[in-house]
Amino acid sequence: MSVDQAAVRRIARLARIAVTDAEVPHLQDEINAILAFIEDLSAVDVEGVEPMTSVIPLKLPMREDVVTDGEIEPLILANAPLTEDGFFLVPKVVE
Amino acid sequence: MNDLTALTLAEARDALKSKSISSVDITRAHLDAIERAKGLNAFVAVTAEKALTMAKASDARIAKGEAGPLEGLPIGIKDLYATLGVHTQACSHILDGFKPPYESTVTSQLWRDGAVMLGKLNMDEFAMGSSNETSYYGPVASPWLPPNWSADKARAALGGDKRGLLTPGGSSGGSASAVAARLCLAATASDTGGSIRQPAAFTGTTGIKPTYGRCSRYGMVAFASSLDQAGPIARTVRDAAIMLRSMAGYDAKDSTCVNSPVPDYEAAVGRSVKGLTIGIPREYRLDGMSGEIEALWGRGAEWLRAAGAKVVDVSLPNTRHALPAYYIVAPAEASSNLARYDGVRYGLREPGGDITELYENTRARGFGAEVRRRLMIGTYVLSAGYYDAYYVRAQKIRTLIKRDFETVFADGVDAILTPATPSPAFGIGEKGSADPVEMYLNDVFTVTVNMAGLPGLVAPAGLSAEGLPLGLQLIGRPFDEETLFAIGETIEQSAGRSKLPDAWWA
Amino acid sequence: MSTQTHAKLIRGADSDWEVVVGLEVHAQVTSRAKLFSGASTAFGGEPNTHVSLVDAAMPGMLPVINKECVAQAVRTGLGLKAQINKRSSFDRKNYFYPDLPQGYQISQYKSPIVGEGEIQVDLTPDHSIRVGIERLHLEQDAGKSLHDQSATMSFVDLNRSGVALMEIVSKPDMRSADEAKAYVSKLRTILRYIGSCDGDMEKGSLRADVNVSVRRPGETLGTRCEIKNVNSIRFIGQAIDVEARRQIAIIEDGGSIDQETRLYDPTRGETRSMRSKEEAHDYRYFPDPDLLPLEFDDAFVEGLKAHLPELPDAKKARFMADYGLNAYDASILVADRETANYFESAVQHGGVSRDAKIVANWIMGDLSAFANAHGLSVLDAGLGADALATLVDLIGDGVISGKIAKDVLVMLLGDDKGTDPRELVKARGLIQVNDMSAIEKAVDEVIAANAQKAEQAKTKPGMLGWFVGQVMKTTGGKANPQAVSDVLKAKLGLS
Repeated sequence: MSVDQAAVRRIARLARIAVTDAEVPHLQDEINAILAFIEDLSAVDVEGVEPMTSVIPLKLPMREDVVTDGEIEPLILANAPLTEDGFFLVPKVVE
Repeated sequence: MNDLTALTLAEARDALKSKSISSVDITRAHLDAIERAKGLNAFVAVTAEKALTMAKASDARIAKGEAGPLEGLPIGIKDLYATLGVHTQACSHILDGFKPPYESTVTSQLWRDGAVMLGKLNMDEFAMGSSNETSYYGPVASPWLPPNWSADKARAALGGDKRGLLTPGGSSGGSASAVAARLCLAATASDTGGSIRQPAAFTGTTGIKPTYGRCSRYGMVAFASSLDQAGPIARTVRDAAIMLRSMAGYDAKDSTCVNSPVPDYEAAVGRSVKGLTIGIPREYRLDGMSGEIEALWGRGAEWLRAAGAKVVDVSLPNTRHALPAYYIVAPAEASSNLARYDGVRYGLREPGGDITELYENTRARGFGAEVRRRLMIGTYVLSAGYYDAYYVRAQKIRTLIKRDFETVFADGVDAILTPATPSPAFGIGEKGSADPVEMYLNDVFTVTVNMAGLPGLVAPAGLSAEGLPLGLQLIGRPFDEETLFAIGETIEQSAGRSKLPDAWWA
Repeated sequence: MSTQTHAKLIRGADSDWEVVVGLEVHAQVTSRAKLFSGASTAFGGEPNTHVSLVDAAMPGMLPVINKECVAQAVRTGLGLKAQINKRSSFDRKNYFYPDLPQGYQISQYKSPIVGEGEIQVDLTPDHSIRVGIERLHLEQDAGKSLHDQSATMSFVDLNRSGVALMEIVSKPDMRSADEAKAYVSKLRTILRYIGSCDGDMEKGSLRADVNVSVRRPGETLGTRCEIKNVNSIRFIGQAIDVEARRQIAIIEDGGSIDQETRLYDPTRGETRSMRSKEEAHDYRYFPDPDLLPLEFDDAFVEGLKAHLPELPDAKKARFMADYGLNAYDASILVADRETANYFESAVQHGGVSRDAKIVANWIMGDLSAFANAHGLSVLDAGLGADALATLVDLIGDGVISGKIAKDVLVMLLGDDKGTDPRELVKARGLIQVNDMSAIEKAVDEVIAANAQKAEQAKTKPGMLGWFVGQVMKTTGGKANPQAVSDVLKAKLGLS
């Protein structure tokens, strides 16, 4: 399996990472090198094998329905690049 | 070199308890050492004032007879642990300026037990790397001199781009370098594919990645959730055991953390290994393996035989699939875990005309090349049309890898002995620039352990012909870290502790 | 496929068309804390106050599941007569949006907590259809983005981020806007009965994504479009009609339907394609590695089942059987659990059974009219079930007439709230006059004062009503009207 330049752009868009035209070919080579490395796995016989769901045999622990958190607005906003009146601000999103 | 920084963690603990030294003194000694070792670039943030405040408080508690297990001992913290109000960026530009309003569970337990925080340690960006060369803050130099280098040559390189100096391994390069250079008594580190064990092997220190679920991941910047584990790097097996006892334990805030009591690991150090069965997996004998590494492996088996253990050949047939499977699973989970770094609520924000541009510019600017590569691979293997062929398949192979170990353990093997790395430490700038996969091969002996969720310990086992540290790895049963400490101690004693390098960097 | 009869087809330009509707309803789970964090689910509040570090997706934060949200999902599944999956798992749905701080939503894709079930939907009191439920799963709600606060920036509030949602997916069993509306209404009632969701569509506790496709009868399913986030039952109906006609027009014109996501614009009365989100979303679902599979045992399910309240279908059947109500009245009363309980309390008050039909009429008539006029629920109107029971008893015992009772009701809902009706009637002197001699005296007076009319009445029986009115006037409306009428008939010589 290998990717072409269009695929590289598509993946970059999905991952929300800007790539310049100049970067695409190099990125393509890097990705294809890694894909070649993992290609061997396609030959392994995994018939009847379940994918691993959890490394440890545990059941999901559940917590009680009690409000134990929140009401810490200053902490939530403390590291934000841009806020106003308690909101996070981002460039306008058109629906 | 200061006497106080030559102590092991255990020795310092005893000296503090007997009040022959004070925490303020030993903390100051380490802060001085850190200052002199700036060139190594092991620390990315030094919390001198905080350290002295904590040391004073520790001295007071010791005076009152209220000393905790780590009371007054100065240690370093890998940059991916959230430390309240202190630099926490996983050595990435995208977390510029982030000071968490919270503390990770592991570090809060260290402070609960009285430890003193010297500062935050350098690492590969988001824990992705095996040489600490992907850090936003630049590479870390190992305190070990490259073969045939003079101290002068090394100092000169330190002031420049550090090319040619040895990497301490990664991703916990800062932790390993600092411990080996005696800049802290021990350090916290983390391991997703070998990031504790490989740096320990490269720097002649001891590191343990405990069983998945032994330590809480709450407050650790996540890389690959099903593989990440916290663990210590220290100068001796005993020191590592002392550290792990404080780091481990149940945390209700982490759903994957196991609720079982933490044993006194130190008590297992010095336990006899007589009667234990040690497995030597044939699949770890790689084609073209370094003769030196192979010989070391054989020596290790001999030491254990001499100590009364039984050594047997075992088979872990799916070993060679672990590394490629890891490079599907880990990037996939990372691609999702790192989606939150988007410039909206914390960290770096690059301008953008609309929200998409903001995301794309911030993440392009904020992530380094290795992180970007892995996020793109991760995104790809989860994407429509490829999910079954890659991710699901890799998770099935993971089941096979775990099954291999279960079979071997069920057959009566108590621990498995393998090399830790395919080679000793290499030079900064030497690997990975042409082919990313070249760097990945460093993890070939270590990733199996993360894939199976088992505990793995690396102990220093001697020096190479060129005088560089070599380590051996022990893989244990789930939650049987005690056996690993017992065997690790035997290896350490048998190898004899190599002298750590003198400070050429000062 | 169901063989039930459905609503009529839509007449197109060339042929008849059948519209096929499926609904995905998102119901906010009633719980104190969020699905995976301990922050409050309280509605409103200053921005970013009901937000924990986990909800804000700070580095190193991890999810821990809320047991009550799991219980609510299981209760709802039981209410939908659905399969409860004792083992289910959580997946991450990955996409970027400012109100989705983690960059993924924790949901259930592969293995939901609840499987197939069904709802009986009453289209009329006598005619119901069965709508199948495909599945129900738990997932996180997103935060809110305000786009109208500034020209250039959007404002993000994460209060709602992480609140538990149940996504209830129906099978495409509905064939008209009315069926879809009735389905949502019934589903909402069931959720409110169980207490797993308050069903307040205005607050956004219940939202629907409506899937609409059309086909000529007998054909295979057409391409469907999804109309997202419709937040009122009325709009659901409108959107379906509008979308069906849009699709029919396209096909009859020779075109084909693009599968896409659309929004309903109620002011324009049309659906619009949502701004293309590049290609279709690739959500890259994979099992959330921070969460192990969710497992519970039969005892857990049985425990919840044992404490479920009587659900609307069962209550309706019981009201018809035990109280002799007809389907229509029973349907109206059970539509809201509190009203149903109110009805039953009034009927049974004091351990005495009174005429259920009369109680029902009071509730559905005067009481509802008052409540609606004042924007209140029947319960909040302020007439206790005991007071209603007493009022009905007073009429039944002949203490007051039905007409007087209406006046008393108005008093009890107004200034005399909380007063015992018996006391009130006494205090205001409203007790009906049943004393025959007093009635006869009043009748005699009126006849004497209107001798001419009394003569005319012999040949014009319709004038009886006027005489009754006159007698009621002289007695201040308190005379027993039936008795007045009887006495008048006799004295006027009418049969």
